[in-house]
Formats: sequence, C-alpha cells, structure tokens
Amino acid sequence: MNQYPWWKNAFIGLVVLLGLIYALPNLYGDNPAVEIRAAHGATVNHATVVQVQQMLAGAQLPYKRISRVGKGVQVRFARAGVQLRARDLISQKLGPGFQTALALAPADPAWLRALGARPMYLGLDLRGGVHFLLKVDMHTALRKALVEDARALRKALRRHHIRYREARLDRAGMIHLRFRHQAQVHEAQSLMAQRFTDLSVTSAPDHGLHAVLTRAAILDKRHYALEQNLTALRRRVNELGVAAPVIQQEGHSRIVVELPGVEDIARAKEILGRTATLEIHMVDGKDSVARAVSSGPPPGTRVYHDRRGQPILLYRRVLYSGDDITNASTGVDPQSGQPVVNITLNGRGAAVNARVTRRSVGQRMAVVYVEVQSHLKRNDQGVPVRGPDGRRVRVTRKIEQVITAPVIREALGGNFQITGIGSIRQARNLALLLRAGALAAPVSIIAERTVGPSLGAANIARGFYATLIGFLAIAVFMAIYYRVFGFLAAVALASNVVLLVAVLSILQATLTLPGIAGIALTVGMAIDANVLIFERIREELRNKNTPQAAIATGFERAMGTIVDSNMTTLIAGLALFWLGSGSVRGFAITLCLGILTSLFSAILVTRALVNAVYGRRRRLAHLGI
Amino acid sequence: MEFFRISRDLPFMRYARTTVFLSLVLFAIAVAALVTRGLNLNVDFTGGTVIEVQFPKPTSPSAIRRLLVANRYTHARVENYGTASKVLIRLPTEATKSKALAVSVLRLIAAHDPGASLRSVEYVGPEVGSELADQGALALLFVALGITIYLTLRFEWRFAVGAIIATIHDVVIVLGVFALFHVSFSLTVLAAVLAVLGYSVNDTVVVFDRIRENFRRMRTGTTGEIIDSAITRTLSRTIMTHLLTQMMVLSMLFLGGPVLFGFALAMTVGIVVGTYGSVLVASPIVMWLGLTREDLVPRKSAAAERP
Repeated sequence: MNQYPWWKNAFIGLVVLLGLIYALPNLYGDNPAVEIRAAHGATVNHATVVQVQQMLAGAQLPYKRISRVGKGVQVRFARAGVQLRARDLISQKLGPGFQTALALAPADPAWLRALGARPMYLGLDLRGGVHFLLKVDMHTALRKALVEDARALRKALRRHHIRYREARLDRAGMIHLRFRHQAQVHEAQSLMAQRFTDLSVTSAPDHGLHAVLTRAAILDKRHYALEQNLTALRRRVNELGVAAPVIQQEGHSRIVVELPGVEDIARAKEILGRTATLEIHMVDGKDSVARAVSSGPPPGTRVYHDRRGQPILLYRRVLYSGDDITNASTGVDPQSGQPVVNITLNGRGAAVNARVTRRSVGQRMAVVYVEVQSHLKRNDQGVPVRGPDGRRVRVTRKIEQVITAPVIREALGGNFQITGIGSIRQARNLALLLRAGALAAPVSIIAERTVGPSLGAANIARGFYATLIGFLAIAVFMAIYYRVFGFLAAVALASNVVLLVAVLSILQATLTLPGIAGIALTVGMAIDANVLIFERIREELRNKNTPQAAIATGFERAMGTIVDSNMTTLIAGLALFWLGSGSVRGFAITLCLGILTSLFSAILVTRALVNAVYGRRRRLAHLGI
Repeated sequence: MEFFRISRDLPFMRYARTTVFLSLVLFAIAVAALVTRGLNLNVDFTGGTVIEVQFPKPTSPSAIRRLLVANRYTHARVENYGTASKVLIRLPTEATKSKALAVSVLRLIAAHDPGASLRSVEYVGPEVGSELADQGALALLFVALGITIYLTLRFEWRFAVGAIIATIHDVVIVLGVFALFHVSFSLTVLAAVLAVLGYSVNDTVVVFDRIRENFRRMRTGTTGEIIDSAITRTLSRTIMTHLLTQMMVLSMLFLGGPVLFGFALAMTVGIVVGTYGSVLVASPIVMWLGLTREDLVPRKSAAAERP
C-alpha cells in the first residue's frame, strides 16, 4: 500500500501551510505614505494628527489612513502623485519643527506582521529609483590616517623630550625621522614600539628611522574607512528622506546605494558624494598677511583663502572640527536677512569653545570649510591619464575655504551661528552635510542606473503575466497529458511557487526582474521531476506491474535521476551566486532555492497527493495516468 | 494521452556520425559568427551611458541624433526601442566626462520636446564593465569545472567528457545566435547562458543515468544498442520536459517585455539545442570514447583480486 505515516503527511501539510502564510504578504503590495517626525523643539501628538487631517481635507487630498506609528505619524495614500503633493503641503504648513519623509508602507494586515511575515523587497527595476555603485577612495583614506599618525608621533616625541631633526611624511606613505644621536633613536624606537603599534619601524642611516603602516593596520584602516563611510552615507540618505533605501557594502572597497522613488538624481549625487567638514581655527592677527604670502608664513600658521580669494593667516591648530558638531540647522539672520547655519556642539567641542573664546574676546576665529574631491586626471584632450601600472590616475583635491572669520564678541558655549554662507540652498546643503557627518574617504560613482517609476510598474506586470500564463499552460498541458497525475502535479507545482516565494520573503530577498525569470524557470524545471516520475510509472505499468507497485517503484527509481540532474543545475546556480552581483545574484538565489523547493514539492507533495487519491485502495485496477 | 508508444528501440547510434556532423556544422557557423561579428555586448560590459526616453508621439531617432551631434555628443547612437515613441540613446565612455551627462542630455531633449519623459538611465564605469566580463568568463569556467568533477565522481570520466563537450556545444551555439542576429548581450543574458549550461547538463545526466542502469540490467547487447535503448526509454520524458519548460520560456519571450527578451531568447535556443546535444552529441562521444560494461558494472571478482 502507498501510504505515508501520519506524521509525514502532517509535516508536508504544515510546511505548505507555513508557505502560504509567509507568501501571503506579497499579494497586498504597499501604499505610498508620508511619515512625520518631530525634529527639535516639537512633539508629535494627537493634535498633530488632527492638524494634518484638516490640512489634507482643506487641500482635497484623499488619504487612505492616518495613524500614529512609533513616535511619528504616518499617512497612507492610494497614489504616489497625491503622496508627493501632500508631503509638500505638510512640510510647508507644519514648519521646521517637523521632518517629513516619503515612505512605502506595506499594506499587509497586522496579524501577518505579528507572525513576522513580510513581503519581498522589490528591486529597483521593479519599483523605479536610482542605483549607485560607489567606490571608496582607499588611497586617500590611508593617507589621512598616516597624516594623523605623523602628527601624533611628532607630538609624542615632543612630550617625551626626544628632539628630532626631521619628521616628515613622504608621498609614498613613509614617515622619515632623523635625530642627532643614536640614543635618541633608541628612545624613539622604544616609544614607537609601545605607543604606535600600527607602524612598523626600520632603522635608516644617519640616525634615522623609517616607519610605514603594518599590513594589519592597513587592513584595519580600510575596514574602518568603509564602515565609517557606510554610516555617514546612511545618515545622509536619511536626511534625503527616501523610503526604504539600501546601503550595502560590496566587496572590499565598494558601496551600493539604492534609492527607490528618487527623481532628483542630481541632488542625490551631490549629497552622497560630498566629503565636507568644518574646521575651526584661530586667526593670527599679530603677523602680517602680506608678508606671510610673499615670504612664507610664520611657524605654526598657514595662509588660507576666503570665498573671494582674499588671503587670511590662521593658526594651524584645529580647535575642533565637524566631528564635534551634534546638530546644524538653517535659519535667517533677522538683522541682515542673510541665511545662517545654527550649530550645536558636543561636550568636548563646547568645552574647547568656551575656554578659547573666554581667553580671546576681541580676536577673530575662522570657520574653514574643508572638502576633499577626487576625480580622474585627464590630459588636454580630456582622456584619462594612466599611471605606470596601467590604472587611471586619480587626483584628490582638498578645498579649504574660510567661510567666515568673525570677531569674538563674548565667550561662546555649545551653540553658535555661522554667517556669510551665500544662498539659502548652500546654507541648507552645508547644514545637511554637517549633520550627516563627513565621509572618511572620498567616494566616486562608478556605475549608476535609474529606472523610471512607469517602467518599474510595467516590468512587474510583464514578469507577473509571463509567469502566470506559462504556469497555466504547463498546468493545463500536464492535466491533459497525465490526467489525474498531471492535475496533482499542477497542484504540487503551485505549492512549489508558494514555497519559493515564502522562502524568499522569509530571507527578505530582493525581487528583481531576473529573479522573476528565475522563479519562472524553476517552474519549468520543477515539472521535469514530475515528468520523470510519471514516465517511470507508465513504464512500470507497461511492464505489467500492479498499479500500487508501479507508483512505488516509479517514485523510487526516478529519485536518483532527479537528484543527479538537479545537482548540476545547483552547481551552475552556486557559481552564479558566487561570481555575480546585483540582479544576477537575485537570479542565482531564486534558481538555487527553487531547485530545493522543487525537490520538496515534486517528490514529497506529489507523492502525498497521489497517496491520498490512490494509496488506500486495495484493489486498484487502473491508474489515471 | 500518450505521444510516444515506442515498442522497439530507435537506432540513434547508427546515425551518430550524421547527427554529430550536423552539430559540428552548427558549431562552426556559431564560431564563425562569433569571430566575424562578435557579441553585441551592452553597456553592462562595455561601460558607457544608456538613456531611455519616452516621447508623447512617434519620434525619429535621426532627429534626436542630429540634436545631440549639434551639441557636441558626436558619438551618440540613437535608436527606437520597443515602440516608435520610445528612444534609446547610447553614449560611449569617452563622452562621459561629467557625471551630470544624463541630466544635460535630458535637458537638451526636454528643450526639443517638453513632453519627453525619462524612463531609465544606466551608467556603467569602464572598470565595472570589464570586471563583469571577466567574472562572466570565470563563472562559465567554474561551472564547467564543477560539473566535470561531479560527473566524474558520480559516473565515470567518459560521461563527464561527453557531457562537457555537449554542453560547450550548446553554449557556443546560443552565443552564436546572439552574434549572428546581433541581439544585445546583457548581464541578464549571461545569467541565462549559465542557466542553459546547468539545464543542458541536467538533461544529459538523465540519459546517462539510464545508460548506466541499462548496462547493469541488460546482459547482452553492444554499447550502441544499450545507449539506443536508454535514449528511446527517456525520449518521452526528454521531449515532454522540454516542451513544458519551453512553454514557460516562450511565455517570457512574448510577454516578458524587452528586458526579459534576451533572457528568454537564450533559454529558447538553449533548450532546443540542449535537447539535441544531450541526446545526439553527448551519447555518441561516450560511445566513441570506448565505454564498456566493465567500466560501470563492478566485476564480482574485483574484491577477490585485492591482496
């Protein structure tokens, strides 16, 4: 008799049921929504909800639902067009105390979410948006770390009264130290062995030492630069107010940024790519700027320029930098009508600010804007220049510009204003960049893809209908050709699609158009296992076996073949996953998982169904195959 | 219903020379197409910028091209895409001096026709493009290697060689079709080619599995007869499976839109060629490599012979 033990049937039923539950959220899609959060000084409460409701009603913008989500308010709309207009309206009317962001709110019911069932994430080719592949300029990152190390080293040598004749960093990234006596060399060596463990030190002629970063330190610094850039990019993207962005590391020095639904590509690029920070220096008012320009600045100072190109002499020492800034917002100076940026400092920055400004009332303090830009070096014809190793040469340019150098009127604390910025737009960008933190190393865009929202919707519809029609054609054909067995196989095939979608949803995989192709292909391949089994059963029947024996032998004999043939496809899928990226990887994941779910559905589910129909009958004379 | 009620084994191996010769001819044409015409690699591999613009009314590509050339984009290639009101603009990497390229091109077009809307932009830097091409080649190599190892372990080296030759034959013919008809070769198509690789071996394995089983069951018969029997017995399954998979793939080819077209085309050709290759190329090779019963059926005395 062909019967599974009860627990096996129960197990198969349970798996299929779980598959149904976890695949279900994908049917609901999502609503365009606007999220309102309190920025500073404001709170979101019931009054805010009522206020927003009245606003939307007044402007005749229909919404689906308004609800409090966490600390904010979420308004759902039926269409994206209404969403955009509502966002503009709300952010304009609520004022600067609130932040508004566009979002996509999954429309699945709460009980599914309570079970942890979530829909698959749709790739950009299906929902529209921008995809950037950014490359982190590791050379600059390492250089920055080395400059910092060299500075700390000089300071440590001075503090330990080890007098050096030379301590410089060369272009290749090596720190050259020279001393007068061998004793100093030894002292410096033991100091460095203790305190500068990321430098590997070798002795050089003429009482010298050479220090370079160790391999471990280089790896560490690269890792740090990447991590720090990821964090900064995440904050910037949040500032842009994009729904469900993706910011991921790819490989050792690349970052993928996906911004669904973003239309203003130029602004997105500008915000993502900039590496800006502020440095606060004291102005040297004692020495003449003109002499510093003509015959070199006095020790400890440097000539900077302001926006109009006027030279100004500043002390080299940085009082505090953008890292100490905890908040920055824009405003308008009531007296002059000029845009200003309001800055809030952290404890350290505030302490330094208070100490310095108390001592130096009447002197000037300079706010320097620092931005590192990196671009390909080009010759006169605009063709990229290649270095001796065949790689394109990159030039990094550090822009340092004095934004403003006001006279300190009184002792300052943790809050102050920067004036003299220019346009409101510039002020806004500066505030955003200061809030979001600086990138540890410059990034450049090495690939970019934009998909319009209409194309995304068309892609989904096409992929879905192609799969549906193909599935129906297969199901009908199977039912005609293999009759009862074919019908059962079609049911099992549907369970395969459900299971595959469920597994992809549980893994929170990104569905792309090639991913849909992968699902479709899996359907084609899953049916292969059933065809193999049914052909075997027919063969066994032809060999005058009893129907029950034919079923048992058919399934058993086909098993080895099915496993072998699927193994080879699995190998191809794994290679694709390993070497592919982006959408190809999506295809590979669906293909590999699809093979596993199809083994389950074609062998176990079909068998359970066949058992249910034929398994109990003792005197079975004929099979519907 | 049953299409194939074959009572006697069909003599496939008698015509092995003919079938393999036919394959060789197709293979030669594909190689010639690849060498002379080359693959029409798309922006994924070559790098550059592709902009897809939707116009409210049918628009001639040459007008857009004139507009672009007049504005210093001398290397722009413009063509209609899908319908007459959709236009695809390709710009090579050298023209991509600034990242704002797509934006400035769009501004030009918007000035020309305010109803135009952007459908998609794709920019691939040169370094990414060549890397993808390398990775693609590497993936092909690794898949071939992985499958060879698996088949050698599970079957016998002759099977592995036969399967790999048949598979390479399938893949080259698929690539040849893309070269011959100058169909755009994208990353998605490459994925499809790799899937064809897996799929076509899958099929070969089913036949091989039966050959091995036949050797164990059938006491008499030459290698050719045994292979004939294996192919005949699996013929129904082979054709059914391909027919069903082909239904799905054709559905994608006709309904999936331009993005899936290349993918579906590669699969369509791959399935047809793969069926032919696994049955009529892989099996003869195994036969000619001198497969005998002893290679598959462990001799009873083998254990006794050991010291």
